[in-house]
Parts: sequence; C-alpha cells; structure tokens
Amino acid sequence: MAFLKKFFPFLLFALVLSAIQVIATCTETEYYLTQLTMAAWYSLPVLGLCLVMGYAGQISLGHAAFFAVGGYAAGVVTTTSLIPVQTNSLVSLLGKAGLLVSRTNLYGLPLLHLTPWIGLLFAIGTSLLLSILIGVPALKLKGHYLAMATMGFGIIIYRILLGTSFFGAADGLSDIPAFRILPVLSVSSDFSARVTNYYLAFACVLILLILFSNLLHSRMGRALKAIHNNEEAASASGINTARDKLIVFVISALCATLGGFFLTHYTGSIGPSEASIMKSVRYVAIVAAGGMASLWGTLILGLILNFLSLRGVFGSYDDAVFGAILVMIMLFAPEGLFNIGKLKSLFRKTHGPA
Amino acid sequence: MVLLDVKNLNRSFGGLRAIREVSFSLEAGLIKAVIGPNGAGKTTLFNLLTGNLAADNGTLLFDHQDLSGKPAFLRARAGMARTFQNIKLFPQMSVLDNVLVGGHTRTRSGFLSGMLPLPGSVREQKSLCEQAMVLLHRYGLADEKNTLTGALSFGQQRSVELCRALLLKPKLLLLDEPAAGLNMQETAMLSESIRYIRSERITVLLVEHDMSLVMDICDEILVLNYGERIAEGKPTDIRRNPDVIKIYLGDEDA
Repeated sequence: MAFLKKFFPFLLFALVLSAIQVIATCTETEYYLTQLTMAAWYSLPVLGLCLVMGYAGQISLGHAAFFAVGGYAAGVVTTTSLIPVQTNSLVSLLGKAGLLVSRTNLYGLPLLHLTPWIGLLFAIGTSLLLSILIGVPALKLKGHYLAMATMGFGIIIYRILLGTSFFGAADGLSDIPAFRILPVLSVSSDFSARVTNYYLAFACVLILLILFSNLLHSRMGRALKAIHNNEEAASASGINTARDKLIVFVISALCATLGGFFLTHYTGSIGPSEASIMKSVRYVAIVAAGGMASLWGTLILGLILNFLSLRGVFGSYDDAVFGAILVMIMLFAPEGLFNIGKLKSLFRKTHGPA
Repeated sequence: MVLLDVKNLNRSFGGLRAIREVSFSLEAGLIKAVIGPNGAGKTTLFNLLTGNLAADNGTLLFDHQDLSGKPAFLRARAGMARTFQNIKLFPQMSVLDNVLVGGHTRTRSGFLSGMLPLPGSVREQKSLCEQAMVLLHRYGLADEKNTLTGALSFGQQRSVELCRALLLKPKLLLLDEPAAGLNMQETAMLSESIRYIRSERITVLLVEHDMSLVMDICDEILVLNYGERIAEGKPTDIRRNPDVIKIYLGDEDA
C-alpha cells in the first residue's frame, strides 16, 4: 500500500502520457508527439537545475551551455569524416573494434565516422570536466558566485560555437544520424519511430525523476536541504557543504548534457542558439515558476512551456515570454506556481477550523 | 583523560582582539561552563572551537587529534556537536528531518546509494529514524515529528536543536546559552537533561548567563573578560575569586 502511494504520481503520469499518445494517434495528430518528445528531452536540464536551485540553493546560468556540450559532442562525433585519415593505425584499430560507422551523407557522398556511443562518452567526459572546473572554485565561496561563473562560461561556450567553423559556426551542425541504442530501439527523427521515441524520452524523464526523488528522501537529500536552509548549522552537523554542492552541480550539468545529446540525435541538428544565455534564463525561469524545490512542478511546467514554445505559440516573442515569466514569478509568486505547501495552507485558512 | 586541549588561541576582528591567548583544557566526562560579562568573547571562543570561525593562531587538540585550522564539518566528524545561541534549525524541514541531519556523520550512504535506494541505505535510514524517535520521545517532541520547526515554541525549538546535536553521538557537546529564553520550569528540565547527557559519557562545555544553573550543574568554570582568561576552577573557588567578583560586581575602591 505504501509502495502504491509512493508510486502513484509516477503511474498517473505514465497513464496520462499513454492517453495523450493514444488520442494523438487516433485523431491523426501524431505530430504533436514530436514536440512533446523534444520537450521531454528539454526537461532534463530543467530537472537538473531544479536540484541545484531548489535543494542546493545555487543558481546556474550555464545549463544551456552544458546542454550544447552534449548536442555538439553528438554532432561532431557523427559528422566529422574520418575518410582522410582512414589509413591511420588508430582509426583502423577503432574500425576493427567496431567503433566506426560508414554511411552516405546528405549529398550522397560516403562518410566514415565514430559511433554515437563514443559521442556519448565524449559528452559525459567533457561535461564532468567543465562542471568540476567551474564548480570547484565557485562553490567554495558562500553566495551566488556560481551564477556569475556559469554565466561567463555560458557566454564563452556560445561565442566559441558561433565563431568556429569546425562547429558549423552560425549554421550549427546538421545531418546528425540516429543513435541506435538497441537493434530495435533508436533515437531518430524517423516518422515511423515517432511513437517509440516519445515513450523512450519520457521513460528517461521518469527514471530521472524517480532517481531524484529517491535522492531527496535519502541522507544526501536531507544534507542538501540542510545546506539550503542553514549552511552554518549544516556544516556544524558534519556536512561537507562545498563538496556536496559540487556533486549536485556536476550531476545537474550531466543531466543537461544528456538532454542535449539525445535531443540532437532526435532532431538531427543543433545550432549555437541552444547555448545562448537566453536558453539558460529560460531554464531558470521554468524552475522558478515550478516552485524551485518542486520536481513535479518544474517538470510539468517545463513540459507545457517548452511544448508551447516549440509549437511556436509565442512567435518571435519567445525569449521575451520566458523573461516576463521570470519577472512575474519573482514579483508575485516567489515560491512558484506549484507550491503545494502554500496551496494547502490557503485551503486551511479558508475552509479549515480556525 | 584530556578530551579537549586548547593552547594560545587568538582571534581579532579588525582592531578588536576578541580572543587573546586563551588556553584551557577539558577532562572527559565533566561539565564545564564558560562565563563572563557580555562581550567577553564567549561565543567567539565557541565558534573557534567548533570551526565555524577560523582562529588567527593557536592549537586545538581534540581526542588526541590536532584539529587546528580544520573546517567545521571535520570537527563534527571528530565528535563535536553544538547548539547555537540564536537557534539555527532548518525551517523548511520537519522536526524529524532536522534531527536526522544530526546523524549525518554516523551514516554513510552517498548520492548513488540514495538515488537507487540500495538496501544498505534504506536499513541505515530506518535505524537512524528509530534513534531519532527515542530522542524526540525523551524531549516530548514525538507528536511533532512531522511539524515544520518554524511552528514550534521557542523552548521546543531549543530541544530540537539539542536532539540534532545528540544524534551525532558526540564526545563533546557545546551548548551556547542553552537556558536563554527558557522559563524556570524549562530551565530546571534543562539542568536535568544536561546531567543525563553527562551520565551517557558525553562531555559538556556550555556558555551560560544563568549563574544558578552554572553553579548547580558544572564541575569546572572558565571565566573570560575582554577575550582573556581571568580564572579557571571549581564553582566554589570561582565564587570566592577576587578577580571574578571584581568583574561582576565592580572594584571595591570604585
């Protein structure tokens, strides 16, 4: 019974998702599923950021950059041709190990490149390295140094991507192939794989959600909340505040990177705008609106807003809408729209006994 | 056995020398009080001992380990627990969770085992919860375990802070003005509880203004004035010490 109660929200969420798929298929509006799938991959950086903002009390303005690290790792590894260096002993060794893929590119020319699995490893490695490099100095200090450091980092990454022809400059990278996870399961923009990809993306989101909510109910989750509530008392209780904040930041950056990696294989392209500071502000706005420390609130709101944005509902005011959301939330609902505690107390005030 | 040995501790804030060349030691199993007029440096001394504040120089040996210059969390791991003069709880967490944080150093499970709820992590959590509930029962807070600490009375908040410190199973418990803001009945319960804590072989160091409490329960007293050690000894000796009388009551000639 306790088990059922614990997993009820997850089951309900899965049920709603299946219902959406069934309705979309029956009404022949499956194209909605594409944007929902993209929104699901976009909710990875958002959930990661929720952990950093809501539980470790830090702000990262570099999550779009970490997202782009994943996307560009996926792109570079699978679009850089190895044909010119085919005779290199290292390349032939990789070929023998089955780590090379040969295909024809968009223009029908032969292409030899590394398998996306190498891209995945590369993405994870780069993200770990960068997040530790930024996090170690910034998180030793109390206060919002992480926000400053990550903002600088985000701008640097954006400018590098925009200015380097190897990364496709302003055009970004395209013709990125599908990522075959299992013989029958691949992350791709293929129409026939639309429903599978929808479920795959949301399965990843659900797994992440379960991992995070387990974490928050564990010893380290308590430690994080303690750090957020009172850092001095937390360290007096033996919590290594600097180390724990760093680990959360690294986990969170990794989530963003994975989101970028999978989204890029799903859509087949990535551009420098994914790394822009406005994207980072968007993630921060979603987490703030979701109530900072609410995984569910952040997830649901993130899905809805990203879906609307991807459908083009906000038109050319896309970034302005997210900026406005951030301002409105800070002014009128600093505890977020999905603050369950607040809703409960409102209910009590009006209906409960005095 | 000497549990705590402090030598030549110094700390200045700008031009103010809040703690000057303070040395003292504390035998395991005793209750010792640090007293002195307002601004004597008692709380500063406490913060230097627990590592919440860094000392300019001086050495600190605790349980045969040199903890000089070590951060607060390592001192907690070595077995120091504390309460704060102005209570420092985690207001957005329940009473039980507040107390469970105190068990942090005695549990192991990290990020990964927390995410995957491995059996070891679950077992550890369960056993810690049971120990926390024993403490909450002892302080009459068992019914409040799911309450947020902001909703508790002042006295109850002090008790939660004490429970949190006790769940660390400390060798040394540092209490910063534990009786401040308590009524007479609560103070009597406090002195009872400090005695009980000592009976569990926990050494206690406290800063306190309530002299009757200090004289009643302490084995030794350290007197500070303007950041300097004025006297140290048994309550009966301190009561008769002319320097201490001068600080508290003024000079005879004045």
